[in-house]
Amino acid sequence: MSFFHVFGFGLKVGHLLLMLCCWIFSVIHMKWFANRAAMDSKTGFLGDGVLMIWVEWWEKIFGSSCKIHHHYYQYIGSKKVRKTWWRKLLVTWVLFWTLVSFWIFWYMSSQATEKRKETLASMCDERARMLQDQFNVSMNHVQAMSILISTFHHGKNPSAIDQRTFERYTERTAFERPLTSGVAYAVRVLHSEREQFEKQQGWTIKRMDTFEQNPVHKDDHAQDVLEPSPVQEEYAPVIFAQDTIAHVVSLDMLSGKEDRENILRARISGKGVLTAPFRLLKSNRLGVILTFAVYKTDLPSNATPHERVQATDGYLGGVFDIESLVEKLLQQLASKQAILVNVYDTTNISGPISMYGSNEIGDPLEHVSNLNFGDPDRRHEMCCRFKHKAPWPWLAMMTSIGALVIALLVGHIFHATVNRIAKVEDDYHEMMELKKRAEAADVAKSQFLATVSHEIRTPMNCVLGMLDMLMDTNLDETQEDYVRTAQASGKALVSLINEVLDQAKIESGKIELEAVCFDLRAILDDVLSLFSGKSQEKGVELAVYISDQVPEMLIGDPGRFRQIITNLMGNSIKFTEKGHIFVTVHLVEEVVDSIDVETESSPMNTLSGLPVADRHRSWRGFKAFSQEGPNSFPLSTDFTKLIVSVEDTGVGIPLEAQSRVFTPFMQVKPSISRIPGGTGIGLSISKCLVGLMNGEIGFVSTPKIGSTFTFTAVFNNGCSSSSEYKSHQINNQANLVSSQFKGMKALVVDQRSTRAKVSRYHIQRLGINVEVTSDLNHCLSIRSNGNSVINMIFVEQEVWERDMGLSSHFMDRLNQIDHRSPPKLFLLANSISFNRASAANATNCGPTIIMKPLRASMLAASLQRVMGVGNKANCRNGELPAATLHNLLLGRKILVVDDNKLNLKVAEAALKKYGATVVCADSGEKAISMLKPPHKFDACFMDIQMPEMDGFEATKKIREMEEAVNSSVQRGEVSIQTYENISKWHVPILAMTADVIHATHEECQRCGMDGYVSKPFEAQKLYQEVSRFFQLSSKEN
Amino acid sequence: MAYVGQLQRKFMDYTKSLYREGIVDEQFTQLHKLQDESNPDFVEEVVTLFFNDSERLLNELTNALEQQNVDFKKVDGYVHQFKGSSSSVGAQRVKDLCIAFRTLCELENKEACLRCLQQVKLEYASFQTKLESLFKLEKQIAEAHGTVPTLD
Repeated sequence: MSFFHVFGFGLKVGHLLLMLCCWIFSVIHMKWFANRAAMDSKTGFLGDGVLMIWVEWWEKIFGSSCKIHHHYYQYIGSKKVRKTWWRKLLVTWVLFWTLVSFWIFWYMSSQATEKRKETLASMCDERARMLQDQFNVSMNHVQAMSILISTFHHGKNPSAIDQRTFERYTERTAFERPLTSGVAYAVRVLHSEREQFEKQQGWTIKRMDTFEQNPVHKDDHAQDVLEPSPVQEEYAPVIFAQDTIAHVVSLDMLSGKEDRENILRARISGKGVLTAPFRLLKSNRLGVILTFAVYKTDLPSNATPHERVQATDGYLGGVFDIESLVEKLLQQLASKQAILVNVYDTTNISGPISMYGSNEIGDPLEHVSNLNFGDPDRRHEMCCRFKHKAPWPWLAMMTSIGALVIALLVGHIFHATVNRIAKVEDDYHEMMELKKRAEAADVAKSQFLATVSHEIRTPMNCVLGMLDMLMDTNLDETQEDYVRTAQASGKALVSLINEVLDQAKIESGKIELEAVCFDLRAILDDVLSLFSGKSQEKGVELAVYISDQVPEMLIGDPGRFRQIITNLMGNSIKFTEKGHIFVTVHLVEEVVDSIDVETESSPMNTLSGLPVADRHRSWRGFKAFSQEGPNSFPLSTDFTKLIVSVEDTGVGIPLEAQSRVFTPFMQVKPSISRIPGGTGIGLSISKCLVGLMNGEIGFVSTPKIGSTFTFTAVFNNGCSSSSEYKSHQINNQANLVSSQFKGMKALVVDQRSTRAKVSRYHIQRLGINVEVTSDLNHCLSIRSNGNSVINMIFVEQEVWERDMGLSSHFMDRLNQIDHRSPPKLFLLANSISFNRASAANATNCGPTIIMKPLRASMLAASLQRVMGVGNKANCRNGELPAATLHNLLLGRKILVVDDNKLNLKVAEAALKKYGATVVCADSGEKAISMLKPPHKFDACFMDIQMPEMDGFEATKKIREMEEAVNSSVQRGEVSIQTYENISKWHVPILAMTADVIHATHEECQRCGMDGYVSKPFEAQKLYQEVSRFFQLSSKEN
Repeated sequence: MAYVGQLQRKFMDYTKSLYREGIVDEQFTQLHKLQDESNPDFVEEVVTLFFNDSERLLNELTNALEQQNVDFKKVDGYVHQFKGSSSSVGAQRVKDLCIAFRTLCELENKEACLRCLQQVKLEYASFQTKLESLFKLEKQIAEAHGTVPTLD
């Protein structure tokens, strides 16, 4: 079934695509998994889980595809179930893959985001760390400076450092503090020491607030603009400052809000302390101030804040320009462009103060890193963002879309396949329906034909009968001509109808073959006689050759066999104008070996010398030969397989028409067929009949050369059940013909081996030994040399004509050689023309002409006429059993019982004819009295229906009588001599009846009758019965 | 000689027509075959026997059917005999009619039997005339020293 293939193909394609897409996914996923595993173990674990899921998935897909197979085959029967099932599957498939593709998209894009986050975090952390490091470096330096001051300013008296020294030192070590824009040192001055301090320094301590309030005029405002500091408990005026911030000298740091807080914290903690970011004076940039306290003495690390405050000498502050610091830092790193960095002071969580960074809006994704600048009270954060928004996740999109597309494609293929299958299936069902209808119509047609043909035949027969009767009336010539024409047409019509009827019967399967015993050779002889007239008219040679191995009797349907042969020969004769038609019959086993042998193509070997189509080619296609081979023939004796060839030298069949030769009503070509006529179903019928006989038919044809039709047929082996009858039959024939000719010798003169073979076959059938020579001279030499007597010489017409000059001499010579019994000379002639021509030549002692085709009966008749053997009765074909019947019945004493005198007389005459002695009795009673043992009758023929006592009753009585005698003889009551030394009396009684029906037959046997014969005696039937019981009786005796 | 040939041909044609019309059948041929040198007038003998027998039977039949109470058994017996003899000589049409007659007898249909008897009589008469003319022809041939052609 083709839709299985379609389905299979669909599945395969689907599978392939499925595997392809699975493969793609697995590769992609594996790559990710590898990446992730390299990146961190956590995602690696996740990847592992996904991998496991993936594997499960994979198995499921395979499993489900297997299930698809399984389910398909399971549901193949129910279309509806399958259809809905497929639809559901398809929808599920599409939904499933849509989900999968969404998942893929989500998964891949999340992967990308994650990766981005990672990158950002790492970059941010790196920056934060660097910033912190640099800051720490600067801070350390500032701390170092505080130690310097405590050593050289407070440790020495007088101080080793003045403003000028400090300025120069700080300027020259500025590279050490790249982040500080300046450092300054403020000394701790208590109010009690203010005056002394102011005097010593030469300036008053000024307050910072106002300075802070008007920072605008930086460079040009004078020292004196600043207000002196109000009275405080203590002061922290700047005494040294780097050149860059020299303007802060003399400012009281404690008066600045930020600075004061810073200072207080610094001196308590003893560590570097940072201010909140603020706008730096002068530069107006964001900055922080780092403050270190300078102590008089080295304090232990666990000193209390109070001790620290008391020990405080001064405060060293460094101004850090955070903005430039970060900027510088970012410039050092390559990817400044890629990310935005913000630094916040987050000491006050509710209001973080931005220390660096623009307000540019970048990617919402940010990473925050903590910064530790060494001041535990202050907290700083660095916040990084990508400058650009995340790019579209193209890869994820493409992959998921790709997956979806593939899935949809696969779905589409499935859908298309299923639809296609459904369509093919529907078409198939439709076709089946149509086929059924067509077949029904065909049967109806055949039945119609059968009916109509039958209906036409009946009136047609009536018409023909009437025409026949019309022919018998007094008609003038014209009328007779009309009637004859009408009759001929009528006959043609009837035969046509018969053919159509046959065809119809075959088509509707009504034809059945008989299984009866028949003689193949007789049938072929019959067919030959049928066509002999026509062939002689045309001058076409007709011949039959049957192999010796073909059994005498076969069981089959002789009528149908004959029909096939007649059809084939009829066709041949229609299309053959010159040459020959040659029928050969062989056993298949005989020819099977020659199938492979290329036959000799020499035209000299054919019957008429014309080239023929090679018949071996016609059976080349036969199953019997090609498949089974010679060895596999069942060598059972029950079946005989015949191969029959009909070879002609006609016009042949055109190549283009050869394919439809066996199609009913198909004739080769209108132009050709017009000439011979016919319905064109003969071959078709033949083919069917051959098929019924378990055979095959084939042909080979070469235009202008001829055609050869070959068929095989299987028959049961001849009448094995009644082997007795068979042997008699054979003996009988042999007796008949060969008793007359047995032992005679014949010489066939023919230069063509094939033709000589045919002649020899026919002559041998008569029991004559045959020799073949190729020409007359050779014949003469055999004749003169031969030791044995040659009784007859058959000379082929062709040879005779060729050696015309020689032939007259030949006659004389023939007679000279042997005067006592010159061999009879026969000419095997073919056409009427020859017949006439040679008839003129014929003298009294001239050759007898035997017209072809040769047939056993005809040949026998001719021979008998010339050789003077046999009698008139025996030369007739249908009378074959008569002679043996004669032998069988000769001298027998037979009682015939019939109430009808006429019947008696006829029966008597019939039996007398075969040499029997007949006694008549006209009633049952008489018969009984006559058959009372002892008597001398060999048999009794008894009529069944007789008045007073019918045949059955009479037979019963006779049997009872015999039984009584037999038993008394056995018991020894009566001496056996009284009954002619016969211990068991049983006279064969045959019923004579007109209506031979089965019931009668059974009744006959019940009453002790031995058989029955139908009333008008038929030699065949009579022989059959008589031979049976006469043989029996001879056995008994 | 031409006369004999003509007679022979006429004889053949006539015989053939007899066969064709179904007046005689195969049995008639068989009868002819039984005729030989030892029994030269066999056919004529038999046929004459048949004619005599038939006359008697037909009379019996007519009588039997004219009775008030027809004994159909008896009639059937006669018809059976008649059938037997006609089939023995090969008078096919007569025989066929007899078969039909017997079925009518079984049905005990007097009307139909009478009609059938008429037909039998007609058919028998036709057979008689035809055969008589055939014998006449045969005799003519024999007188002209020709051989009567054999039937086959």
